[in-house]
Amino acid sequence: MVTVDVEITKPENQVYCRPRSFTDFSTHYCPGCTHGVAHRLIAEALDEMGVQERTIGVAPVGCSVFAYNYFDVDFVEAAHGRAPAMATGIKRVLPDRVVFTYQGDGDLASIGMAEIMHAAGRGENITVIFINNAIYGMTGGQMAPTTLPGQKTSSSPLGRDVELQGYPLRMSEMIAKMDGAGYVVRRSLHDPANIRKAKKAIRTAFETQVRGLGFSMVELLSTCPTNWGIAPVEALKWVETNMVPVFPIGDFKVSSAVGDLRF
Amino acid sequence: MARQLIKGNEAMAEAAVRAGLEAYFGYPITPQSEILEHLSRRLPELGRAFVQAESEVAAINMVYGAACTGVRVMSSSSSPGVSLMMEGISYIAGTEVPCVLINVMRGGPGLGNIAPAQGDYFQAVYGGGHGDYKPIVLAPSTVQESVDLTVLAFDLAEKYRAIAMVLTDGSLGQMMEPAELPELRPVVRKEWDWAVTGAIGRPRRILSSIYLEAHDEEVTNLRLMKRWFEIEKNEIRYKEYYLDDAEFVVVGFGTAGRVALSAVREARQMGIKVGLLRPITLNPFPFGVLDELSKRAQAFLVVEMNTGQMLNDVQLAVKGRVPVEFYGRPGGVVPFADEILAEIQRMTTSPLSVVGDPRKAWLERMLAVVK
Repeated sequence: MVTVDVEITKPENQVYCRPRSFTDFSTHYCPGCTHGVAHRLIAEALDEMGVQERTIGVAPVGCSVFAYNYFDVDFVEAAHGRAPAMATGIKRVLPDRVVFTYQGDGDLASIGMAEIMHAAGRGENITVIFINNAIYGMTGGQMAPTTLPGQKTSSSPLGRDVELQGYPLRMSEMIAKMDGAGYVVRRSLHDPANIRKAKKAIRTAFETQVRGLGFSMVELLSTCPTNWGIAPVEALKWVETNMVPVFPIGDFKVSSAVGDLRF
Repeated sequence: MARQLIKGNEAMAEAAVRAGLEAYFGYPITPQSEILEHLSRRLPELGRAFVQAESEVAAINMVYGAACTGVRVMSSSSSPGVSLMMEGISYIAGTEVPCVLINVMRGGPGLGNIAPAQGDYFQAVYGGGHGDYKPIVLAPSTVQESVDLTVLAFDLAEKYRAIAMVLTDGSLGQMMEPAELPELRPVVRKEWDWAVTGAIGRPRRILSSIYLEAHDEEVTNLRLMKRWFEIEKNEIRYKEYYLDDAEFVVVGFGTAGRVALSAVREARQMGIKVGLLRPITLNPFPFGVLDELSKRAQAFLVVEMNTGQMLNDVQLAVKGRVPVEFYGRPGGVVPFADEILAEIQRMTTSPLSVVGDPRKAWLERMLAVVK
């Protein structure tokens, strides 16, 4: 029987709560999926910056299609891959709003390749949160542009054969080459230390936007235990062991103006 | 304001600006690029948004985003580019946000050519994108009408939270005519109760075309249909010429309608009792007036720059009461008035039938001439 120390229920002792920028929904995500962690980090950053009411989110197509249910901010739902274009349309007519897209790897790196590259190239003042879990989640675990060599998926059942199916795309590295990009980094959500670093990066990305310093993107290495067919804890290890070597954690573009940011 | 000599494409672009256009997103394609070019200079000059997108796919999704904020937003393209936009058009319809589109049609299918055509009637009128929705479609036949209908398109789109498309063609886009432009209206942002603008002092809003529960999607489809009947009740527009005592009726829209008018005038001088009905709203289509005309006319002649698309709607209205003949020049060919006059003479002097597809007889006549 677990006993609760009554002292910790006092408001003054509270150290952790649901971010204001969250609604009080329970998410539909699978056990062990890191979408929930990524959502929370975004909500915390919006809270800290006090921009919840000025924020407009653009949801993608994929598992996070219902992201709009979980954030207590205005939201629109884009067509598959088109979130950066939709965000461009919003930001250009409401330049003082904080506009972000939340996109998976199929959405951003496959069908939405043109939209993401040109949004970055134009230096659109938007923030992109890019969830890379090396697989298509919602449609049932098919090969993604980020699927690792040899990785088995429902559409690469023998493992991704690079001779036939090519190599995974490293989006952060590609986008970092763009002059319009102010801040492009990759973080991982596989352990608490990395999650804290991811949080800092997300905050920096939003700060980049509100200060008009160009396109910002945070790529987050994420899990998909259901479609990888492994347990949640094992999935976290799989990110560290298999994904990080292919998708190194790092800062690929930090413009000097962004580097000087203090907040 | 005074009339000025102005090109159709530039006139539509400037009309949009004066109607309060706040954002334009587009991609170059002939024969509509002057719209994009005009706005690339004009909108930044007024502090409004202009983006030359990476594709028509991106352009329509930028329109979608801006439309969700409730501002007056537009894109323009020509046939192949509009095909690329169909995904976004369906999403915009499903989300019930207003926007204006201009299609300066050219010859097709495929890459086709850059000559004026009307082959996109089906795509425009019947929606083109997936799912159940109906866009408002306006068809001008002069540069002045291009101006007026562009302005009207914004009002209708907003009024019904719908897509309003100006369906014109390469000849109207490229020709210069005297036209009077409206005054430049100041932009007044309206406080829509649906727009996504940031939840400042109000509960947050979501704009989406997703209704995962079939019941909710059905309710949405029924709402769109109900709104459509409202549009049909209020917004049907057409122009009648010499119809009061007409025994024969020519039906044509846009450029084809304009050329047909010349033919009808010549026929009248020859004493033939023929008139012209020129639909201005292709959607909603003037079924009612055609229905009435079919009760007193001896025959109809549909003239189009395609292989017979609006023809289907005319046949629906006429219900087989009297023969409906067809004359079309597809692929970027514009008919001459004397060709249509010959068709009018044929209609008034030959035995006609209500049986069969009038396109078959037309095709035989065409194949004898066009090698």
